[in-house]
Amino acid sequence: MITTKDIDNPLIKFVLHLGDNALIMGHRNSEWCGHGPILEQDIALTNIALDQVGQARNFYQYAAELISETNGEQLTEDSLAYLRDSWDFKNCLLAELPNGDWAQTILKQFIVSAYQYHLYQALANNQNEQLAAIASKSLKELNYHLRWSSDWVLRLGDGTTESKKRMEDAIAILWSYTNEWIDFADYEMIILGDSHHSIQQDWKAKIKSVFDEAGLMIPVDGWMQKGGKVGNHTEHLGYILTDMQFLQRAYPNAEW
Amino acid sequence: METSLEEQFQQKIDQEHKIEPKDWMPDKYRQTLIRQISQHAHSEVVGMLPEGNWITRAPSLRRKAILLAKIQDEAGHGLYLYSAAETLGISRDEMYHQLHSGKAKYSSIFNYPTLTWADMGAIGWLVDGAAIMNQVPLCRTSFGPYARAMVRVCKEESFHQRQGFESLWVLSKGTDEQKRMCQDAIDRWWWPCLMMFGPPDDESTNTIQSMQWKIKRFSNDALRQKFVDMIAEQIKILGMKLPDPDLKWNEEKKHYDYGKINWDEFWQVLKGNGPCNKERLDARRKAWDEGAWVREAASAYAEKKHTNQLNNSNKVYENVH
Repeated sequence: MITTKDIDNPLIKFVLHLGDNALIMGHRNSEWCGHGPILEQDIALTNIALDQVGQARNFYQYAAELISETNGEQLTEDSLAYLRDSWDFKNCLLAELPNGDWAQTILKQFIVSAYQYHLYQALANNQNEQLAAIASKSLKELNYHLRWSSDWVLRLGDGTTESKKRMEDAIAILWSYTNEWIDFADYEMIILGDSHHSIQQDWKAKIKSVFDEAGLMIPVDGWMQKGGKVGNHTEHLGYILTDMQFLQRAYPNAEW
Repeated sequence: METSLEEQFQQKIDQEHKIEPKDWMPDKYRQTLIRQISQHAHSEVVGMLPEGNWITRAPSLRRKAILLAKIQDEAGHGLYLYSAAETLGISRDEMYHQLHSGKAKYSSIFNYPTLTWADMGAIGWLVDGAAIMNQVPLCRTSFGPYARAMVRVCKEESFHQRQGFESLWVLSKGTDEQKRMCQDAIDRWWWPCLMMFGPPDDESTNTIQSMQWKIKRFSNDALRQKFVDMIAEQIKILGMKLPDPDLKWNEEKKHYDYGKINWDEFWQVLKGNGPCNKERLDARRKAWDEGAWVREAASAYAEKKHTNQLNNSNKVYENVH
């Protein structure tokens, strides 16, 4: 058992937050593997999940390095993924929500891709070289994630009466979890500096333009859920971890 | 003397020329290939399920990425194979329909459960290993699109087999529990893998004609023997045992002898009575049924885009003239 809950260093918190978002999104998307509505789309979503797990590994490796420099603790990408509890995780709540139907999955992926695309663009110019390198590498993948998920929002929003209804339902279910992405925590503000303004604006503009083209309405301002960034999660995260961490917990200290 | 179409066809095959989709072919050749290629495609797609079980539970991020990539490869194989079958005049939807209605089969091996993490290694090493034995000769099969699809499939499968072996190798060098897990997986997968080559030659109804048409190049028993010989050697490196007391090297034949296969179990699983037949088909049907509205939306949207484009080009035309 390890914990990163009490770590104060904003850079470490930020890197863990990025890794956790990538890992939990990848986990949920990977649940579709073998169950997608169209074989080509099964492959596409599995590919996105694979990118996300890859991004998580990069961020965790960097976080492990930073933690070791700070307090000498020897951690790895796997100890960060497999040996922490839900209060240590800093992913946004939206990432951990169940997949629901294809419309909810697409909406989740679109919201997150639009955010990560602009975030990684900003980070690619960050003075922290390691972060900039990971972000630049991930940005190539995000280009595809954003195009793929935007295309699907259009297809569903402007497809059939049923698909439009399902997109509207997805928006109703998930909308209150969208703002957390751009409601920056202190540790994000410190690393992002002024670039956080443009990330917020670009994210909102992207969603508006795709929604407009798809004939979907952005809901009126209302209550927004948050907590993930400081380790207060929904009930779903515990089950994700139970599943994900089973082997590491049942057979401690084994090599796989 | 004039030769019939059928004779010309057979001559072409005898001279090792590939048959291409537009060439004349006997109806039975076409039907046999549709059955075999679609069965193969279905096996790839249903085969995603037993391994898919362990994606969320993979014990390290590296193993998770390897497993995801592997299953994604299998979906890709399904795609090439469905495309190859489509060149014979059947649609992918029709093939899915045959799978969901139970008319088309898929490899029975995927009706066995994946109970521990070691099963991921055993599937890679043994199941993919057996599949490769069957598939390498198919790279030279007489129907061009099938042969070409198999070249790609085989390259990726042999990579999967090495990964599977490596994953078991790590377990075999690990803790006592991991060693037990490794042996248990081998014990459960060994006999079903031997059944993957199909019934013994004297009971196999499709073999003779398929050999003449060079769809098949080796008999079921010949391929099975090759597989036993290979695995009986490789398992020594793992320090594990195959669950067959009769397995021993036969110096005279230069092959391994092996015990009696339980063919009753094979026929039962084929009939639908295997441990996971129902789950596997239910999962495929559910994905298909629940995806219906998604596919409808995608076609409706594509249709709208197409109409808009036509309208726009008409407008351009009207403006110009």
